[in-house]
Amino acid sequence: MRRPRYKTIKPLFVQGPTAVSRVLIAAGLSIALIVADHRQQRLEQLRSTLAVVVYPLHYLASLPDTLGQALQGRLAKEEELRRSNRELQRDNLMLRARMQQFESLESENRRLRDLLGSSIRIGERVLIAELLSVDLDPYRQQVLINKGSATGIFPGQPVLDANAVMGQVVQVNPLTSSVLLITDASHALPVQINRNGLRTIAAGTGLINRLELSHLPNNADVREGDLLVTSGLGGHFPPGYPVARVAEVRHEPGKPFATVIATPTARLDRSREVLLVWTLPTSLLDGALTEAQTKTSAGGGQ
Amino acid sequence: MTAAAHKGTWVILASLAAALFLTLLPLPDWVQDLRPQWVAMTLIYWALTLPGRVGVFWAWTTGLVMDVAVGSLLGQHALGFAVVAWLAVELHQRIRVFPPVQQALTVWVLLLLERLLALWVSGATGQPTPTLWYWAPTLAGVLLWPWLLSALRNLHRRFAVA
Repeated sequence: MRRPRYKTIKPLFVQGPTAVSRVLIAAGLSIALIVADHRQQRLEQLRSTLAVVVYPLHYLASLPDTLGQALQGRLAKEEELRRSNRELQRDNLMLRARMQQFESLESENRRLRDLLGSSIRIGERVLIAELLSVDLDPYRQQVLINKGSATGIFPGQPVLDANAVMGQVVQVNPLTSSVLLITDASHALPVQINRNGLRTIAAGTGLINRLELSHLPNNADVREGDLLVTSGLGGHFPPGYPVARVAEVRHEPGKPFATVIATPTARLDRSREVLLVWTLPTSLLDGALTEAQTKTSAGGGQ
Repeated sequence: MTAAAHKGTWVILASLAAALFLTLLPLPDWVQDLRPQWVAMTLIYWALTLPGRVGVFWAWTTGLVMDVAVGSLLGQHALGFAVVAWLAVELHQRIRVFPPVQQALTVWVLLLLERLLALWVSGATGQPTPTLWYWAPTLAGVLLWPWLLSALRNLHRRFAVA
């Protein structure tokens, strides 16, 4: 239908391949890239190179928010500052008190583990990073942080906030990294219920305040309000960090599995600072995993 | 193309960078759903005014950069931008002489098409289906089109991009 127009216009405007073949090539390349990116995550190099190009834009876009924060700090009233200072001091005191207990518990734990002949090191290295406040694709649960491969961040690294697990690093660029939040639809996290050790998987739903526990049988011992902690079985996340609280348990007759909804305890949409954790070395982790497996199989199933 | 034909490349680049900046700029929650597709609109403008110059290749490259900047799958925006730019180049002779309202409607269709292709990609890769708010940016974009048009036209004339 469009053929005749082409023949008249082509010699005037187009050099090289025709417009149709160009757009076909572009579409083919895009689809190839999409498949490669989605299936194999093989395009890290291309992505991190381009990320350096966009870094100034990211930086500029986050500038208004940073300046706003600074301005707010300047303009804060003395009374407010005093109050927040008082609150922080109180928090600090409480945390210190708890820490005393923690240290004695830690050494006790180590002694007991020595007695059992197992060695899980508890101490982990952490680093604080700040979120760059830019708006990314609103339909994926992702954030950008201001630390990159220059500080030794690696893909798959766990990211926490002050309360709980937030997500993991999926893409490391020289100056920034992107973090996939646990609520992204493509994210799943091995967890266990803190109360009874029941293991399951917390899958993201694409909604910022909602996780789903998949494949829990109808008679599983789950109650509203149960705390979910990481089980460490996936090998990415250190065990024992809080993740979410069970918000709703629904049994639907005729369905083999219960529908369990949980709310993340991390303030996913409000945290400004995050902690990056360096987990156990793989050799130790393997030991911990086999140990956990033999323990559960000896204990009889779930 | 000769060197003279490349005059003002930096103006096009700067306008695209500004559009990307507007895309990344954090907004309050209530306007976030209405953020226009700045980059797509800027590309449409350049493809309509300089069809011999800004076309599929520019659009595709810009889409790739946009994908990295907003963290979507590589190629998701590139695909939509390339197709939209191609249509704009193909139809530029008609669209340019349309009365303003009709022109805005055509641009709306192009913006919808860009959204549709992105939706298709996200559906094919197993991401959850968004709500109807997904289409709101196209409306916001069309309402802002006359202003964008005159702003870019001023820029275009001042720096004599050819």
